[in-house]
Amino acid sequence: MSATLLLAQLLNGLQYGVLLFLLAAGLTLVFGIMSFVNLAHGSLYMLGAYAAAIGYGASGSFVLAIVAGMAAALVVGLVLEVSIVSRLYRRDHLDHVLATFGLVMFFNELVRLVWGPQPLFVEVPQVLAGTVDLFGFTYPSYRFAIIVAGLLVAVASHLLIQKTRVGMLIRAGAQNPQLVGALGVNIGLLNAMLFGVGAMLAGLAGAMAGPVLSVQSGMGEPVLITTLVVIVIGGIGSVNGALYAALIVGVVDTLGRVYLPMLIRLVAERSIADAAGPALASMSIYLLMAVVLALRPQGLFPARRG
Amino acid sequence: MNTQLLRPATAVPLLIFAALAAVPFVAGALEQPFWISLFARIVIYAIAASALNLALGYGGLVSFGHALFLGLGSYAVALPAFHGIDSGWMHLAACLAVCGVGALLVGVISLRTSGMAFIMITLAFAQMGYFLLVSLKQYGGDDGLAVAATSRFGPLDLGSPLALYGTAWVVLVLVTWWMARLRLAPFGMALRAARQNARRVNAIGLQARRLQLVAFVISGTLCGVAGLLLANLNAYASPSSLAWTISGELIVMVVLGGMGTVFGPLIGALVFMGLEEVFKGLTEHWMIIFGPLIVLMALVGRRGIVGLLESASAAKRTKLEVDKDANTDPNANDVPARSVGEA
Repeated sequence: MSATLLLAQLLNGLQYGVLLFLLAAGLTLVFGIMSFVNLAHGSLYMLGAYAAAIGYGASGSFVLAIVAGMAAALVVGLVLEVSIVSRLYRRDHLDHVLATFGLVMFFNELVRLVWGPQPLFVEVPQVLAGTVDLFGFTYPSYRFAIIVAGLLVAVASHLLIQKTRVGMLIRAGAQNPQLVGALGVNIGLLNAMLFGVGAMLAGLAGAMAGPVLSVQSGMGEPVLITTLVVIVIGGIGSVNGALYAALIVGVVDTLGRVYLPMLIRLVAERSIADAAGPALASMSIYLLMAVVLALRPQGLFPARRG
Repeated sequence: MNTQLLRPATAVPLLIFAALAAVPFVAGALEQPFWISLFARIVIYAIAASALNLALGYGGLVSFGHALFLGLGSYAVALPAFHGIDSGWMHLAACLAVCGVGALLVGVISLRTSGMAFIMITLAFAQMGYFLLVSLKQYGGDDGLAVAATSRFGPLDLGSPLALYGTAWVVLVLVTWWMARLRLAPFGMALRAARQNARRVNAIGLQARRLQLVAFVISGTLCGVAGLLLANLNAYASPSSLAWTISGELIVMVVLGGMGTVFGPLIGALVFMGLEEVFKGLTEHWMIIFGPLIVLMALVGRRGIVGLLESASAAKRTKLEVDKDANTDPNANDVPARSVGEA
């Protein structure tokens, strides 16, 4: 019984971690090349979720819904890149924070204005409504599909970055953007492309999260802040670091919420445990981050820099 | 000295102080008690923004988590009051101790990094505090906690709006005066130098990181005092005062007014919250106007309103060709340098 609970929670943690990775990958790459801090990444996630929810309602096809979510986030991401973000690359982080903070306020309010404050509910598609059998252990198909999709994206991005010419430019850009620009590569275009891909992945995460979480205004911010924790733990600018850190954070957070209250109950009285358990559990990833930073300020898997 | 007082960048804030002092009388005469609580909120946020300005403007530390101290200060009133302690001195002592130690811990860990990581870590610490308070179900959790007994300093009870307003005004004047002194004191000079070039500051035998840590702790503690006043104003402490949007709004106030200037945070808080009231009157969805304005502010640059006033006075002076005064305030062009020590 306990073993199946542990397995289920591990898979839940993995599923959460995979969603975090989809967000972290785009964010960390844009930071790696252009040192841009994008708080509005959570808004792209939210827009992806809304577009998918509406696309699903209109078409009834979940594949189309995913495409709609990704396309919406891609378009909005590119518009933002061209109109606002690309003007801010040379400024310092404070300007990035201010501009994207304003964007977050704008998008949250826009969504509230158009679709109201009530959350939208998205049903799990018929095909994935059942459970899968993993060596005699059952797990919801939809959550399993999220894990598979996320890991596929991770593999694809690894291949893209390590094996293709564009990937080579991305790696070079992360190490020394000025030099890459001086060699005749259009670094602005490269970054606009990366920003777009990052936005698309955020949209994908939002579209997939729709049936698991509620789709509402402001849904992007909690997950964005957790994503920032992931990036800091993983080492800013490193996609591999983002993957490992996302999985670590997903698992620690999920297991922490289940097991920390139980563990504390073993050593403390019930009344204390009931109070301290949930408090500690909700803080677990931040404590993890504080420990990582105290020991390795550059993160666990930092990108190599020239 | 007289001419200094007449310069717009100094004269305007002094007029604002005088106007703020007159608010209770005007509100009383016009029978608009709502004004007192509105302006009390503005004054309290101006204190918090001035506190943040010490870290952000003088020290170049982009703290995205100052709402943490605002919230801790609020709970330093609400929690003792919940247990029946209504002595203002106890509330103040708890506030200073908790915020001071909290700022020290956050500062020690966060200052190991710089640039973007510093922003994210201060943000994460504020979130940590937020979730901690949300999970304390016995103290109201998500819903917050009503302040059972407002702070009493002898005969002075901060529960009365007038007493609260007066106290907040005095605190704001004192904080502003202190920040003006601190800016030119050796500590402030060294701190501002550390923002521009930490390596040089280290090379002349000062320790940049220690200066920044001291600034961060003072900044957090003062922000806590604003939280204490806020809890008394609202008679309520809620985790939502630690929300990350509050940290963002404080930064916007400082930048809008003018980073690193003495009066900038006051003017920023006044303009920010004034605009908020105006837009709220126009539409329920006021953030849809406000968000793009913030984006625009970031795009245009950030000398802030005080910066504009200073260049206005500089332009006027050139026009009058008062050459003997050509050596203007050396800090007028004090545009913040890029944050140092980035990877």
